[in-house]
Amino acid sequence: MTALLHIENLSIASGAATLVHDLSLLIAPGERVGLIGESGSGKSLTATAAIGLLPPALSARGSVLLDGHQVIGAPDRHLNRLRGTLTATVFQEPLTALDPLLRIGLQVAEPLSRRARRDGQNLGGAELHREVLRLLDLVALPQPDRIARSYPHEISGGQRQRVAIAMALACRPKLLIADEPTTALDVTTQAEIIKLLDALVRERGMGLLFISHDLPVVAGVVDRVIVLRKGEAVEQGPVQEVFAAPRHEYTQSLVAAARAFDRALEPSP
Amino acid sequence: MSLLSVENVGFSYNRQQQVLYDISLTIRPGASIGLVGESGSGKSTLLRLLLGLTAPSTGHIRFRGEELQSRNPGFMRAYRRQVQAVFQDPYSSLDPRQTVLRIVSEPLRSLRIGGDHRELVQTALESVGLDRAVINRYPHEFSGGQRQRIAIARAIVPRPTLLLADEAVSALDLSTRVRIVDLFKQVRAEMTLVFVSHDLGVVADLCDEIVILEHGRIVEAGPTRKILQTPSQNYTQKLLGSVPRMPA
Amino acid sequence: MSAVDAIAPRRRLPASLTLWLGIVLVGLHVFVALLTLVWTPYDPTALSGGRLEAPSFAHWAGTDRLGRDLLTQMMIGSRIALIVGIGAVAIGALIGVTLGILSAFANRLLDDALAATFDILIAFPTLLIAMLVVAMSDTANLFSAILALGIALSAVIGRLTRILAKRVLLTDFITAARTSGTSWPGIVAEHVLPNIWPTLSVNFALQFGLAVIAEASLSYLGLGAPPPNASWGRLLQEAQGTVYTAPFGAIAPGIALVTLVIGVNLLADGLRDLADPTRRGRR
Repeated sequence: MTALLHIENLSIASGAATLVHDLSLLIAPGERVGLIGESGSGKSLTATAAIGLLPPALSARGSVLLDGHQVIGAPDRHLNRLRGTLTATVFQEPLTALDPLLRIGLQVAEPLSRRARRDGQNLGGAELHREVLRLLDLVALPQPDRIARSYPHEISGGQRQRVAIAMALACRPKLLIADEPTTALDVTTQAEIIKLLDALVRERGMGLLFISHDLPVVAGVVDRVIVLRKGEAVEQGPVQEVFAAPRHEYTQSLVAAARAFDRALEPSP
Repeated sequence: MSLLSVENVGFSYNRQQQVLYDISLTIRPGASIGLVGESGSGKSTLLRLLLGLTAPSTGHIRFRGEELQSRNPGFMRAYRRQVQAVFQDPYSSLDPRQTVLRIVSEPLRSLRIGGDHRELVQTALESVGLDRAVINRYPHEFSGGQRQRIAIARAIVPRPTLLLADEAVSALDLSTRVRIVDLFKQVRAEMTLVFVSHDLGVVADLCDEIVILEHGRIVEAGPTRKILQTPSQNYTQKLLGSVPRMPA
Repeated sequence: MSAVDAIAPRRRLPASLTLWLGIVLVGLHVFVALLTLVWTPYDPTALSGGRLEAPSFAHWAGTDRLGRDLLTQMMIGSRIALIVGIGAVAIGALIGVTLGILSAFANRLLDDALAATFDILIAFPTLLIAMLVVAMSDTANLFSAILALGIALSAVIGRLTRILAKRVLLTDFITAARTSGTSWPGIVAEHVLPNIWPTLSVNFALQFGLAVIAEASLSYLGLGAPPPNASWGRLLQEAQGTVYTAPFGAIAPGIALVTLVIGVNLLADGLRDLADPTRRGRR
């Protein structure tokens, strides 16, 4: 079976500065992989490179295969096809992920009808609207009808992120890329969104590339984890193993830091 | 004897949006209090009130017995010498066109504090773990963590008795966060600390007391130990339950 | 230093080509303007040559329709242009920045009123406002032209200042200044003005160019300073009729105008880059 995402020796540079160095990673269908790193680690760049959306000022070398198709150097029109059907992305900032001037319903309808078109079907009118409401319900949004008629600024951050997830799911992707999807959310909302993502990905057998700097969050959602530091992968492995017994000193310091705050929350004996 | 006492404070914008309802709080010398809340809880507004940047709509805030809104001339200046703040965004809390020396010495100049300002600034910078030589640099030359250190140096240079921190580590990476929290632990030893955050883990690590805010009201307050062991309110339990934990 | 990342070394960014070109062009005009205070090739009113002569050794730019030396008049034009440009921008800045800062601090009502005033003034063409002001003052002289242009420019400067100041007032470092005990006037002087200056200075340069061109237009229409204050605009007006037979008389003032305005813009750009601490040393 072809890997969903197969990155080999990826290097990304901006002029003389190397931002990502010799990175390799593989995501099989249905596999959930976490990319952990702090700022400057290159984790978001890697995700952007995976779908061929690097800004022109950056150059990428190596091989990035999306479902067998080479991304590096591929013309945009080929990649466009892959992006709306194979992969979908949820970003960090729910405020800017949605068009402030369009109602929610219209925004969710767009990827839905586009995906249908690509499948050779015609989805429109009342049927399209039903599908929109069904999706909004799937992401546990209360009163989907009211939400569909609202503008982004009229709903909360957590609700906006659910809409973003709905739009991603509308593409029926095989691989969902989530770039810090809960970082900008409250802690209670974060817990709900994580649970939602977990359930949806599992139900649909999607692959997941989850990018975050928050170790406990990643632990709850992925099977395998890659730790990035200044553009290099310093450690890889099953998430339980890496967190229980980190081998690289950078991973050790990250895990120690996360555990320190974790420990503070333990009710003491 | 309380340092700062908040008595039945309420706040609303234009009498329409009520942000705080009947908040009462006592900050004793030497305390380290964590103000925990999510968005919409009113925690940042409460901080602004404590800083005297806005007046409460109802209720009183007293510093050592005297009201913050006192018309006593010179009161505000004396207050600011005693109460300083560190803010959330290290990329926005330092004037990009000023050198570190001017930035950190601003409280000394504005509050008419005497002495060798240069020396005071350098001592403050050293105590937050920065080299003396940074005084001639500009903010953009530093990382987020370093900028927060500069901001902390600015806050402690007038030797305040109370330090207010508004999500001071939220914008930092994990490894930097640990270091800055350690710095706050150092600072806490010398002054009273009120730390506003949505991050329960950080607050639990740093503060002896926790006050939980939801929708403008205090839901629960008490010693950290007690709140963690026996949270009495639903919301507190929900908060504690939502914090993602590391696998055992 | 404790275990914190090393701070990147500073690099001096060399002054750019933009800056040098700007310095050269503006410097040329400034030099010429200063020179005219003590010396000009000929007396500007003297009929030193034949009419409409082409450029020659005796008259480097030729002569005008009365036989006066064109080079002398162009040089004096530099002086006039610089005075007008600097004067108009100074007056515009004085009024505009003051009102703009006031507006940024004012309550909703006053702010809306000032913003609306700016917008209304901006809606009028600069030239029209200038003409109105000149018409209101009895004499058409250099000062009335400068005042008129200054008032016209103040609206754009005011609106820009207001927006920039409002943006700065939202930053955390302003809140930090307040908790540091800095008074509002202190905040304006120490934080607001220095932070809005880069964008404002470039705008001033643009306004300078507009002012010079506007003055030339006023003079062209006969509303500017009368002779012997030879503005380039007036020279252009005089050369109008003979543009086919003696083209240089029309081209020369035009070149002078263009080089000054472009020079000021380049200079402002170069200076702004130089003064920006974030461009001086990079992480």
